[in-house]
Amino acid sequence: MQDLLYFSQQLINGLTIGSAYALIAIGYTMVYGIIGMINFAHGEIYMIGAYTALIAITGLTALGLAWLPLILIVALLCAMLVSSSMGWAVERVAYRPVRGRHRLIPLISAIGMSIFLQNYVHLAQGSRNIGFPALIEGGFNFSADGAFEMSLSYMQITIFITTLICMTALSLFISRSRTGRACRAVSQDIGMASLLGIDTNRIISATFIIGAALAAVAGLLLGMYYGSVDPLFGFIAGLKAFTAAVLGGIGSIPGAMLGGLILGVSESMTSGYLSGEYKDVVSFGLLILILLFKPTGLLGKPEVEKI
Amino acid sequence: MLEVQNLSMRFGGLLAVDGVSLDVQEREIVSIIGPNGAGKTTVFNCLSGFYKPTGGKVIFEGKEIQGIPDYKISRLGMVRTFQHVRLFTQMTVVENLLVAQHRHLNTNMIAGLLGTPNYKEREQKALDRAAYWLERVGLLDLANRDAGNLAYGQQRRLEIARCMVTEPKLLMLDEPAAGLNPAETKELNQLIVSLKEDYNVSVVLIEHDMSLVMDISDRINVINQGKPLASGTPEEIRHNDDVIKAYLGEA
Repeated sequence: MQDLLYFSQQLINGLTIGSAYALIAIGYTMVYGIIGMINFAHGEIYMIGAYTALIAITGLTALGLAWLPLILIVALLCAMLVSSSMGWAVERVAYRPVRGRHRLIPLISAIGMSIFLQNYVHLAQGSRNIGFPALIEGGFNFSADGAFEMSLSYMQITIFITTLICMTALSLFISRSRTGRACRAVSQDIGMASLLGIDTNRIISATFIIGAALAAVAGLLLGMYYGSVDPLFGFIAGLKAFTAAVLGGIGSIPGAMLGGLILGVSESMTSGYLSGEYKDVVSFGLLILILLFKPTGLLGKPEVEKI
Repeated sequence: MLEVQNLSMRFGGLLAVDGVSLDVQEREIVSIIGPNGAGKTTVFNCLSGFYKPTGGKVIFEGKEIQGIPDYKISRLGMVRTFQHVRLFTQMTVVENLLVAQHRHLNTNMIAGLLGTPNYKEREQKALDRAAYWLERVGLLDLANRDAGNLAYGQQRRLEIARCMVTEPKLLMLDEPAAGLNPAETKELNQLIVSLKEDYNVSVVLIEHDMSLVMDISDRINVINQGKPLASGTPEEIRHNDDVIKAYLGEA
């Protein structure tokens, strides 16, 4: 019983962090699916989402607002708005002017964008980490007779539910809406989509915006979960989410979701049963293994050579 | 409606198309034939905006269109197919037809979320048009299959249906009968004629299948090594000495 509770605790922790990774990973995978390139500034967009949410929460509390759901929703909307505009701007500045050039060029401009955003936040917000108020406290505790107590916090439940809502909304959007349909067409054959009269620039902007908005949601959630943010907040999370996207098969949205969860669970299991220091070793080791045996990732389809 | 004057296309030292002229009237099927490597597809690529021709004029409905991007040309009502099928293979058959009507649809996301009457009405119209064309090319039963799972001949017909839902004025078909068996070619033949007769579409056709070309073309242009060789009705072309030489070699 004791062991089972301990195991469940690791599983809960892993799924919590994994679902947030999945939210960020979707941004990588969608952009890759459409233009075949990695958005290296995505981690920074997530970090800016967390900062914006923090600023909004502080501002709203200072204004005397006390109703928690309202504060959270307004903060979430602000974060999504700011991050989405950043996502849009990154595409306009770092990708569109160099589209169609050698693949290394947009890669470098995106890394430049990432360095710029990181340092901008350094200057504007200072380099020390800032505490994130714990707005959602408490939770359920389960305990057998032994000493170990399993806890499922309200914060974790919030993360699950929010992620679930976002994923469902995204899946419906992609499968049902006209813009989603156009997104799928553009990702399969951008030239043909353009010939059929789809404004491909608009669709590319839309994918950057959607990915950034989801990253902002993750920024707010993980900011609250960890309790602080700093300008390097996006770096490691971005790396992990990128790993999750590759693990699940880059370009595949269900793959990003699955990859995020697997990564999160494997990390927390490593921390729980081995040692916290090994968790990055295990997650990147897992990535290497999967790439060795299934180079397209878990749900990725092999690239068909176009004639 | 389409007039091509003295078109030429140079790739470095190679003059792939040299002084080709042709014209297409309303409700007319015009074929471009020639031996392999004659430059037929290059002509198509110049007309449809894939290449920017290095010389000559392309006039569509009184407007010079040479060198403007492909998607703008297709919006003017000139749509094309490719030698190899280019469907969205991971989308269903009906989705392929809906996505082709994208720009006629209201894509306002907020209207979509709210499901406003206007949004629904247009989606319904798009669906109706898709269903009509699926029926027309005999694929209605397969509407919800993935396009990539269709047989080759069915994919060819779906491609034509996908062009037709955009309501084009001029359809450019690049070897539509390639890889089809004789029965399928016959069906295609009837379909192309009916596009002209029933839907007032003009067709420019590149084809190797001579029986198809001779059957349905109103006029034929022959090109050889990038240069115009002959043009006229199927009957004239059949008896043209230059054409026979080009195809069979000097005797």
